[in-house]
Amino acid sequence: MIPMSYYLFLSSILFSISLAGIFLNRKNILIMLMSLELMFLSINFNFIIFGNYLGDLTGQIFVFFILTVIAAESAIGLAIIVVLYRNRHSINVDDIGNLKG
Amino acid sequence: MNAELIIFYLFSIFLIISSMRVVISNNPVKSAIYLVFSFFCSAVLWLLLGAEFLSVILILVYVGAVMVLFLFVVMMLDINLSEITSGFVKYLNEGIFVFIIMSALLILFFQNQFADTNKNIITEIIIISDSNTKNLGYILYTEYILAFEIAAVILLLGIISAITLTHKKKSDNKFQDPDMQVNVKKEDRIFIVKDEDSK
Repeated sequence: MIPMSYYLFLSSILFSISLAGIFLNRKNILIMLMSLELMFLSINFNFIIFGNYLGDLTGQIFVFFILTVIAAESAIGLAIIVVLYRNRHSINVDDIGNLKG
Repeated sequence: MNAELIIFYLFSIFLIISSMRVVISNNPVKSAIYLVFSFFCSAVLWLLLGAEFLSVILILVYVGAVMVLFLFVVMMLDINLSEITSGFVKYLNEGIFVFIIMSALLILFFQNQFADTNKNIITEIIIISDSNTKNLGYILYTEYILAFEIAAVILLLGIISAITLTHKKKSDNKFQDPDMQVNVKKEDRIFIVKDEDSK
């Protein structure tokens, strides 16, 4: 039997790697989206771990809904990237600040 | 050391290494492939946690659909790779700092809260049947039916917004305008030209 804390450590390391990835890949918005997906994966990990620990299937149901929301989010994000590249011919994050908000 | 622990260690090491390669790799195609591998490893770990249906769904939905979408977009965009890798070293200190702080905080928190709750892991959750899929379906279609419908609406919203964002309007596109078709007058269609020479 594997202790629950091992799984929790694994998911926290995964979350930290993806958070560092958002900081590192400032030039490439595609890899930023990929590290966002990894972050969602670690959150789903936590839902499944705690659902398993409490003997409740609600955690797995929540993972369902998170998966649908991520699929919609990544589709819209990739569409925005395609439109951005079509207009500006780069996916550099520093180039997107032309709204000067 | 039993087989379950060996599988856990093996696939968690694979998961950490491949997720690091996703972040570090300078080629977006390579990082998409490593993302597929890390999703596969986490599907194996979810299988160990007793979520059989979700682990299969993770492979089907992610490796089958979302990663293909990512690879399509990576191949559609003609990205200058040398420009991308130049910014990597610039933010290396911030990245390592964030990684160390975040992982230390999370691991300390989990160590304090859940270090001695080892024995209570339940591998089989039985509601109506032994099958994880049957239980999930039972809960999903009774208790969470409203949330299920809302998830369907969110997917529809994703479809519509992605199509309207990327749809390119062509100038030479031939289409019918029903408003113009209904409101057409006789004068628009027939011009009576008087022939001057025949007189």
